[in-house]
Amino acid sequence: MNDRSRLDRSRRRCVAAGLGIGLGVAWRPARALSDELAGALRGFTGGVATREGKVNFDIAPLVENGNTVPITVTVDNPMTAADHVQSIAVFNEKNPQREVVACRLTPRMGRAVVSTRIRLATTQQLVAVAQLSDGSYWTHAVDVVVTLAACIE
Amino acid sequence: MARTLIHAPASARKGEVLEIRTLIAHPMETGYRAGADGRTLPRDIIRRFSCRYNGELVFSAELHPAIAANPYLAFHVTADASGSLTFTWEGDNGFAQTESAAINVT
Repeated sequence: MNDRSRLDRSRRRCVAAGLGIGLGVAWRPARALSDELAGALRGFTGGVATREGKVNFDIAPLVENGNTVPITVTVDNPMTAADHVQSIAVFNEKNPQREVVACRLTPRMGRAVVSTRIRLATTQQLVAVAQLSDGSYWTHAVDVVVTLAACIE
Repeated sequence: MARTLIHAPASARKGEVLEIRTLIAHPMETGYRAGADGRTLPRDIIRRFSCRYNGELVFSAELHPAIAANPYLAFHVTADASGSLTFTWEGDNGFAQTESAAINVT
């Protein structure tokens, strides 16, 4: 009887720990920007503070081949002459160079959505930043796991 | 001349937002890889892409070595007048190519 209750307790603890790990993996709270990325962002914004939001950086969280990784950056903002997205840039943390792509947008585009394919050298953090016509900067950072890296073959 | 693939609708209604997809065949050599002789291969990338709609710049992008080979770019354009979309790629070693697509807006 005593043995049985001890077993039950350890089983319960095991199940609880498993649940905890599962939730942690599913939620993956966003990590703070690394120094490299923060530096690259400062270079782009000229020191203006950035805010999280408005930007949606769509990239697979698990990349099997770093040689071509499709990305889409969507900015939730109208594209009118008075209020539009002026530029979108993407930066990485661990490729040889921080810059990935920098786009200039105009109101004639109608929609602030840009897609391309990029290279990733290793598992790392990426950030997309959008500059609006009112001078504000918005970001979205993502963590990506890369199983087969680019640039090493 | 590099091969290009341009996906742009030939006709559209006025005010419609169109998706334009472009791709150009280019190795986008990063300048970080070693060749067969062990020496680093020199960088050879496309540095700049631009799209003009009846001569007016609509979209441009600066590309870096982190862009995959055969650069693909997709973006949107609002159809407001019949005419042409002109796509220009410029890069290292004097690379320059221009393609255009006609669009009929009703």
